[in-house]
Formats: sequence, structure tokens, C-alpha cells
Amino acid sequence: MAKLTFKTDNCKGCGLCVDACPKKLLRLAKDKINKKGHHPAEITDESQCVGCASCAMMCPDCIIKVER
Amino acid sequence: MAVVFDKPHALIDVPLHYCPGCTHGIIHRLVAEVIDELGIEGKTIGIAPVGCSVMAYNYFNCDMIEAAHGRAPAVATGVKRADPENHIVFTYQGDGDLASIGMAETVHAAARNENITVIFINNAIYGMTGGQMAPTSLPGQVTQTSPYGRDPKHCGYPIKVCEMLSELEGPEYLERVTVNNVKNIRAAKKAIKKAFQNQIDGKGFSLVEVVSSCPTNWGMTPQAALKWIDEKMLPYYPLGVYKDRSAEKEAE
Repeated sequence: MAKLTFKTDNCKGCGLCVDACPKKLLRLAKDKINKKGHHPAEITDESQCVGCASCAMMCPDCIIKVER
Repeated sequence: MAVVFDKPHALIDVPLHYCPGCTHGIIHRLVAEVIDELGIEGKTIGIAPVGCSVMAYNYFNCDMIEAAHGRAPAVATGVKRADPENHIVFTYQGDGDLASIGMAETVHAAARNENITVIFINNAIYGMTGGQMAPTSLPGQVTQTSPYGRDPKHCGYPIKVCEMLSELEGPEYLERVTVNNVKNIRAAKKAIKKAFQNQIDGKGFSLVEVVSSCPTNWGMTPQAALKWIDEKMLPYYPLGVYKDRSAEKEAE
């Protein structure tokens, strides 16, 4: 069980974290818009996350904090 | 719960100005992580280039100097020589800065084996000015100034900086890495750490070339750009260590 914290307003919606997740748990929230005007990344099912931090490694804007 | 991953202390907590999916952010973070791990934030001085990363001084927590276009290795030489014991000096340069206007400074800093660390971002295009052909643009690559693709007959062939510098006696360490997936990012961090460690150990000129993407000016999605690195960039710019003098000496 891991915990992801997103700095949502710094997200640029590039989606690199979405592709990096080995368990395909991330998505760009199509129903939300952040301050920059992008659809921010979010996690769908946190209970499945193993905290590998691949998403955080790929994020160019360093918005993801991973705890495990 | 233990923190597995967070923003490094050496990276200031502000939004980066780079385009969505630009790998500059990843490389900034790797440099900052290395500065944190080596505990050198207080004595590190970074030299920012001209190009997309011109405002790198807004993002690193250490002291930063902005150099004239291409002159970062010359400025770094001065800063390092002024107080070699107490300063760790790195430059962060793009291909338009290092391989074009700053080629002379780069080659001579390498030839003198200046004890500095150079982080060279090669994305095969001029990003900040809107996607013109760079000295590193691939043959056939379509840019703003080569709309029919780069023709080597007319524009010459792209410059392979690591290969070229490896022929010099001077440089200590030259490696080409990329950041298009998690595995390569780990390898890139290791190379950057070695480049900084070499300077701390007084070994001399270390350059890490990071093959990077420019989704905006390549006209691709961030995902397609990372794929393009694998398909087009890496065959022309193979990854690997091009020079490691200490390792060579040990082998002898």
C-alpha cells in the first residue's frame, strides 16, 4: 500500500506518468482542469499501488510525492 | 510511511516554464538529486546557458550565473579557477549553446581538462527560438529552417560531441545517456553523479550528454517524442561511455 500526493496545479498533463505506471493505475482527469488549464494526472485505485515511483521518476515537473 | 520519492532540496519548489513533456525537467531533477546526495548544495555554482534552459537559475537552489550564449564553459573556468578548493562548478547547456556558438569554449575547456562538470542536453533542435535546425539535427530531420529535411550535402552532418571530444587527450570523462524511460533515467543519474564526483576528486573535465526530447518543436506528443529518441536519435547517437581516463588507467 503506497500513497501518492500530486501537486495538481503544477501538472501540465503530458501523460508521461500514465505510460510509466507498470500497473496502469494513473490517468489524466478529463473531468478536471487545473490552474494552468490542463487535465491533471490522478490515481484511479491507490490500494493497488506498490509505490515503485516510476511515475515520479518520469514526471518532468516533479509533482508526485511517493510514500510507502 | 516512509517517503520513497519527493522533490530534491536543491530544486526550488516553483512551476517550471518548460513545455508539457519536455525532459529538461527530468534532467534538472537528476542534477538536483545528485547535488543533494553529494551534500554540495552550499558550495555548488551552476552556469546557466542561453536556450530553453536560460532560466535554470530560477530552479536550482545553489548559486547560479547566467553566461553569454555558448560561453558557459569559459565562465565556469573562471569561477572554478578563482577558488578551486571551495567551489563545485557545473554548466547546463543545450545543443544550440554548447555545440554551435559555444563549440570553441567547449573544446578548449575539454582540451585543458578544466575541472568542471558539463551537462549537455542534446535534443537535435533549437527549442527556445522556435525549432530551427541545430548542429545536432539529424539528416532528413524536418525543422523550421530545413522544411524538406536536413540535407547533409548542403548543411553537413550532425556533430557527435562525445565522439569528437573523446579524441582529445584532455577530458576525464565523457558519457552519453538518455532519459526516455525509467531504466535510462537511472543510468543518466549514475553518469551525472560520476561527473560531479570526478570534480570533487579533482580528476578534471567531465561531460554528460543527455539525449533529450522536444515534443513541441518536433511536432509530436510527449509519448511519440520519447519513442522517436529510441527510433531515430539513438541509432545516430549511441549511448555509452566514450572516455573514462581513470578506468582506462586502472585497466592498464
